[in-house]
Amino acid sequence: MALITTPNIVDPDDFYAELIALHQGRAKEESDAINARLVLLLANHIGDRRTLREAFEAAILQERTEP
Amino acid sequence: MGKIFETPLYPYRRSPDQDRPAPARHAAIVVGAGPVGLAAAIDCALNDIPVVVLDENDKVSFGSRAICFAKRPLEILDRLGCGAPVVDKGVQWRHGKVFFRDRQVYEFDLLPERGHKRPAFINLQQYWFEHYLVERLKALAAEGKPIEIRGGNRVVSVRPGGDHVALDVVTPDGPYAIEAEWLIACDGALSPIRAMLGLDFVGRVFEDNFLIADVVMEADFPTERWFWFDPPFNPGQSALLHRQPDNLWRIDLQLGWNVDKEQEKSPERVIPRLKAMLGEEVDFELEWVSIYTFQCRRMEKFRHGRVLFAGDAAHQVSPFGARGANSGLQDADNLVWKLKLVRDRIAPESLLDSYDAERVAGADENLLNSSRATDFITPKSEVSRLFRDAALDLAARHTFARPLVNSGRLSVPCTYDGSPLNGPDADALPRRTRPGSPAPDAPLGSGWLLDRLGGRFQLLAIGAPAPDSLDVYGVPVETLRLDPNDDPSGALRERFLGGAPAALYLLRPDQHVAARWTAYDEGAVRAALLKTIGRT
Repeated sequence: MALITTPNIVDPDDFYAELIALHQGRAKEESDAINARLVLLLANHIGDRRTLREAFEAAILQERTEP
Repeated sequence: MGKIFETPLYPYRRSPDQDRPAPARHAAIVVGAGPVGLAAAIDCALNDIPVVVLDENDKVSFGSRAICFAKRPLEILDRLGCGAPVVDKGVQWRHGKVFFRDRQVYEFDLLPERGHKRPAFINLQQYWFEHYLVERLKALAAEGKPIEIRGGNRVVSVRPGGDHVALDVVTPDGPYAIEAEWLIACDGALSPIRAMLGLDFVGRVFEDNFLIADVVMEADFPTERWFWFDPPFNPGQSALLHRQPDNLWRIDLQLGWNVDKEQEKSPERVIPRLKAMLGEEVDFELEWVSIYTFQCRRMEKFRHGRVLFAGDAAHQVSPFGARGANSGLQDADNLVWKLKLVRDRIAPESLLDSYDAERVAGADENLLNSSRATDFITPKSEVSRLFRDAALDLAARHTFARPLVNSGRLSVPCTYDGSPLNGPDADALPRRTRPGSPAPDAPLGSGWLLDRLGGRFQLLAIGAPAPDSLDVYGVPVETLRLDPNDDPSGALRERFLGGAPAALYLLRPDQHVAARWTAYDEGAVRAALLKTIGRT
């Protein structure tokens, strides 16, 4: 399963607002903890190690080595 | 009555070697009477390799030290003839709890697989473990086996020669010289032998200190492994509680790096720490306290000509996962049968290089696992701590995060994938018993499979015809013929046959699988045996 890097979220503006609202009024430390838990939850949902590795590479803004 | 670790078990006695005009030469000398040295020496004696054990002390180790012994080393002890007293004395456990800050995050059950003679783990003080090995050694000596232990014998110099290794030994009566055809160095993480030979020992130092305490108390804590991350009684650090026999409890408290070790070891500091952990009302007596710092490192090579390193002398790991003594015992198990074949000139000396290849691979597996556990327990960066805490917080609610929590990945037997000694595999047979793996146990009527394996080369023929025995280049191969239905529980079938109707396994003296087939072919068995003794 290749990492989806084209638009895939329905109502992107709503999603983005919800993501920011999640952090609204929270201390930096608390937000960091939420983000870390979020990464683990989403990573487990994806499960596939290859897809996860592609996401790691995309996250550090690395050009994809495989088509 | 004195404690077991206060009684000299092998007090210094003058040896005739000390009065000889020329140094006596022994087939094998083992330096160090810890668990690994004793196991290696016992295996030598069982193989009729005359062996002398030299140790600078005269008693078993002080303090519980290595306390968790895994199934595979217990099976090795069975082969050496001293598994029963060790298992009978030890405390069996399979449940554990993990705590984060002030609450329990989850509990686990190791759910050991059924159909094995030995349990997944026992807890036993290292001094008891050594005590039973010394008893076995003495029993073998009394039976006339060529084995001897010399306490109060400290090796002060080592000179490798062409066909031997020369040693200078200091005793209470003064020095003497002695020679070994083969020297097995089991003299611990600080190995004087390694230092005297100027050999490397590189790796990673972990900047941390752990206070370990043996506490005698009548407590109603269950027989479980309890591990705390960042507990209120040791903020920012970790803690571990394990039960041992004789109402003895082992407690490990992480202290961090910048501490005054001498001060931290004093009862004035230790007792309040333990009270904070166990509760003010608990009565206990402190039997032993120590502070350790650990490293994860190994020698580049475990064989240096006629000097063979085993156990902590060859590799050192963090304690998380019980991979120290457990891996050292697998070193001894791997080494001695090879030494026997080389000494009998059946196998070329290069067979001993496979000890290096197989056990270096084992050490690397242990180093990887124990380093990862250490990095989880003591995060090395802010973000690493963030993810660790995230995994622990999530683990309390969601099972998915529990496999991420790493308080030590418990020792499992090493499979020598890619070993130069491995022969052909048969795809139809189960993966777990592939060449290089230790044969798993299975119940056979009133006995056990592993009690019938080991100590010689064997052909395990399950549901397949094979001759009673075979002689390959002077090496006898004995057939153990079984029917798949010899084990009504189905474990034998599941572990060795899978869906296949029949299988043949060529097994090494250390019970590891050398090669396997689904039908008997004498030429193939002969070729595989030659390969596994390093003749091809």
